[in-house]
Amino acid sequence: MRIIVCVKQVPDTNEIKINPETGTLIRDGVPSILNPDDANALEAALAIKDSCPDTTTVTAITMGPPQAKEMLKDCIAMGADEAILLSDRALGGSDTWATSNALASGIKQIGSYDLIFAGRQAIDGDTAQVGPQIAEKLNLPQVTYVRSLKLNDDCLTVERALENGYEIIDVKMPCLLTTIKELNTPRYKTVQGIMDSESADISVWNADDIGVDKHTVGLKASPTNVFKSFTPKPKGAGVYVSGGSPKEKVQILLSALEEKHVI
Amino acid sequence: MGDYVMNDMQKRIRQLCREFSLNELIPTSKEYDIEGRLNEDAYRKAVEIGFTKIAWGKEYGGLGLDTVTQVMVTEELSYGDAGFANVMVASSLAARPVLMAGTEEQKQFMADIVIHGGKAAFCLTEANAGSDAGAIRTSAKKTEDGYIINGSKCFITNGPEAEVYIVFAMTDNSKGVKGISAFLVPGDTPGVGHGAHEDKVGIRQSSASDVIFQDVKVPFSALLGKEGEGFKIAMKTLDIARIDCAAAAVGIAQRAIDLSVKYAKERKTFGKPIAKLQAIQFMIADMEIQTEAARALVRQAAELKDMGQINSKICACAKAFAGDTAVRVATDAVQIYGGYGYIRDYPVEKLMRDAKIFQIFDGTNQIQRVVIAGNMLK
Repeated sequence: MRIIVCVKQVPDTNEIKINPETGTLIRDGVPSILNPDDANALEAALAIKDSCPDTTTVTAITMGPPQAKEMLKDCIAMGADEAILLSDRALGGSDTWATSNALASGIKQIGSYDLIFAGRQAIDGDTAQVGPQIAEKLNLPQVTYVRSLKLNDDCLTVERALENGYEIIDVKMPCLLTTIKELNTPRYKTVQGIMDSESADISVWNADDIGVDKHTVGLKASPTNVFKSFTPKPKGAGVYVSGGSPKEKVQILLSALEEKHVI
Repeated sequence: MGDYVMNDMQKRIRQLCREFSLNELIPTSKEYDIEGRLNEDAYRKAVEIGFTKIAWGKEYGGLGLDTVTQVMVTEELSYGDAGFANVMVASSLAARPVLMAGTEEQKQFMADIVIHGGKAAFCLTEANAGSDAGAIRTSAKKTEDGYIINGSKCFITNGPEAEVYIVFAMTDNSKGVKGISAFLVPGDTPGVGHGAHEDKVGIRQSSASDVIFQDVKVPFSALLGKEGEGFKIAMKTLDIARIDCAAAAVGIAQRAIDLSVKYAKERKTFGKPIAKLQAIQFMIADMEIQTEAARALVRQAAELKDMGQINSKICACAKAFAGDTAVRVATDAVQIYGGYGYIRDYPVEKLMRDAKIFQIFDGTNQIQRVVIAGNMLK
């Protein structure tokens, strides 16, 4: 089984700096880590590999600047078999639509696969769009917010988390799943893994290598324009109206709204 | 994190250790300290990650990394919990005589235990032979098919759990220290027993107990090196082990600094954070100076060892200075925390308790000075 894991390097800090002109993140000089949700995605793939080590290949793929290689080395140190970096100036500044164009082309270039994992969302952009977009572009079934999964022959049974519960879905492979932290606990890298990853050959593919239409990638091709980036003011804590009948709850809500002169 | 000159791989290994300490050791450190037992779950994970095989040669199933990398790992694990780190440090201390004087079979036997997380114990100290290690009474009497060991050792780290004991015993009373020999004794050998887990002041994740040898029969193949070489093996072992011991002390000091810096920025007196007070700033600066200096000495000793130039004077300097530094810096951290530093709800009093042993074990810091002066004045 060939499993592809889409990963992203994200700044290892909550104090993100934003370029005031372009409204995009300044990544230079900020230490990068594997995006936490992507670590769950990689762990899910590695867990499958643990159960059939001889027949499973795990490939990590990312799009990013050359220094993203460091994060891919960490994926190998955790147990991924190989890693691919899509890196080209033409890809720089891509929004989610353009990024998923590049990643979908990269995945097509890899060739055959049975399963694609992506983390739910990245801690820098928080869009949760790239995984689903890749699935659409590759014409694959997708399940988002996966919190558990079971592998049966050519089909998976997964639990998809909802706000107040979960749904159980059977999905045929090949497919794409986006993972949440409830799915598993990512393993540590091993010291041996770090040593091996130092000499691992990480493929670097440019826009030509993946045959992507250059009009569909990069900053200029991105339909999303950042109008303004700012830190929102913190909201006060909400009030949860609990207990009593629905009628009583509505009454409590009404009087609270009246008190604040909202109605 | 303190600064070392490191290559990329070492940086990543160190980062991994720090991640492990932050996630697995620090959150539960207080609980295990109070209960006085090892965090077995974290220990199992540490073994899986490979922390127990750093400096073992590849031929024995290890990773073949250098001493510089080993001391980084030890420092970072000790940063998380010095008692936890000590369980590993003690096992590698016990492995040292085997690596130094053992046969290939003995080395592989030891590696198979320690690399896979089995514990080993170095049994030299006795009730009346601590710093005066030559005064040991444990005897190994030669018979037709081996030796019979009788005696009692005390304060033995990993004593209750060890799968293998490295035992120093008199094979010839008439020769003084030259009558001491070293033996490799599997833990399940009949006649090997241990006393109660000592209720220690600090490093409480690590156990220490008496280990008792009562008519313990071992074959000739249990002897390490030759008869009479035991004292020399023990002393050379301690020279090297001091580097790792010193690294663990630096880990405590670094944690004390990091906690002090964080607290000094948060704690307000007279309307401003205490970090704005020069009295606190100077304390923190002094803590840093001493800790960086201790780390540099550890590094110096480790690099010399990696170059095949074990320097017992530098090893003793590193151990004494790092041990004294850990005690001073951890005590200062308690001072910066004030009254809160003196209660168990805050993490610094534990560091002070953990630090103290580093002035006592692996040769007291007075003995280190004897070694240093002895090297200078011979």
